[in-house]
Amino acid sequence: MYTQSFSVPDNAGQKNVAAVPSTENPELMAAFDARIDADGRIEPQDWMPEAYRKTLVRQISQHAHSEIVGMLPEGNWISRAPSLKRKAILIAKVQDEGGHGLYLYSAAETLGTSRDQMLEGLHSGKAKYSSIFNYPTLNWADVGVIGWLVDGAAIMNQIPLCRCSYGPYSRAMVRVCKEESFHQRQGYEALLVMMQGTEAQRAMVQDAVNRLWWKCLAMFGPPDADSPNSAQGMRWGIKRISNDELRQKFVDATVPQAKVLGVTLPDPDLKWNEERQHYDYGQIDWQEFWNTVEGNGPCNKERLATRVKAHNDGQWVRDAALAYTRKQQQRAQKEAA
Amino acid sequence: MNTPALKEWPLWEIFVRSKQGLEHKHCGSLHAADAAQALHMARDVYTRRQEGVSIWVVPSIAITASNPDDKGELFDPAADKIYRHPTFYEIPEEVGHM
Repeated sequence: MYTQSFSVPDNAGQKNVAAVPSTENPELMAAFDARIDADGRIEPQDWMPEAYRKTLVRQISQHAHSEIVGMLPEGNWISRAPSLKRKAILIAKVQDEGGHGLYLYSAAETLGTSRDQMLEGLHSGKAKYSSIFNYPTLNWADVGVIGWLVDGAAIMNQIPLCRCSYGPYSRAMVRVCKEESFHQRQGYEALLVMMQGTEAQRAMVQDAVNRLWWKCLAMFGPPDADSPNSAQGMRWGIKRISNDELRQKFVDATVPQAKVLGVTLPDPDLKWNEERQHYDYGQIDWQEFWNTVEGNGPCNKERLATRVKAHNDGQWVRDAALAYTRKQQQRAQKEAA
Repeated sequence: MNTPALKEWPLWEIFVRSKQGLEHKHCGSLHAADAAQALHMARDVYTRRQEGVSIWVVPSIAITASNPDDKGELFDPAADKIYRHPTFYEIPEEVGHM
């Protein structure tokens, strides 16, 4: 899952800063632009402008962090899943998210950043991750809604990334997208089962949808008019479809699904527009979005603290593995001598 | 072989054979302390859905790659040797498939 259509600078203020003017070698730059224009791919050893590299490092690492932090809200429910079947499914899903984080960290490392640097960024709070995980998962239906809507929104965002101009990123996204469809379907199916249950269970589903719907719309990032970095991302073939266009696709796809499920989406302005052949929808609260991006959402502190604790608690395992390897190497050297 | 002092888990390139009869194909990389651990982790990271029947792990530093700047020199000479392709030759139709 889960890139929030981020071109959010890590020092995210209210507005993005304009791109730095290029001081690159014009000849190399022209060759690079020509390759992008021809819809070619850039591979790790190829020359690329520094700003392209930086943008990718930021986007891919934020994407990876989102996968890793994304394990936490769902992980909370593993021990409380309502059946063995749902528990096994949830463990598999959370394991996938960890895997997605690892594919993405590896892709970012091909750009010259290190795993340690990226983790340092996440753990110190410098690097951003998808804001959706800074909201709590209050009942079991939240787990279903995360699969249906959060993963659904993520799939919309990620499918165009499979055609991203940077080879390692696009290849990682192909793997991620293949696995993502299971995430969305299992969530939707879990909700279908709840909707066939008691009145209280149906109310839980509706409650979860009400709390998460607007957050999911915000996942696509600020409106196109307020995303100056988007144009550059499009130019470079990192971004293929604009935030607003993706958001519209998501709304159009989700409304009929909500109908089948039997829930309402909490937006009085949501209605079919015959002229546009799309659904109209209401105003997103961007103030709240930025507030959460800046660290003041309901769970930002808790999520980060949990993540840092997990990392620190695992330090002895990493140390032991290295100590064991060193010992084996020394033994082999001694035997060879 | 001289091994440098390890400070963090080194990087490994992972190759997976998807089924008997097919080649091992590069599918990504990961960090692991040693080869045995790299294999173990590759199984968890890259074959959660029966994507493979065999895995190779290779230390990333052991790979020597061609330089992208040499691409022209290395690969362009093949461009004008179209006689290396079967379609270069015209064979009478009555001969049939050849």
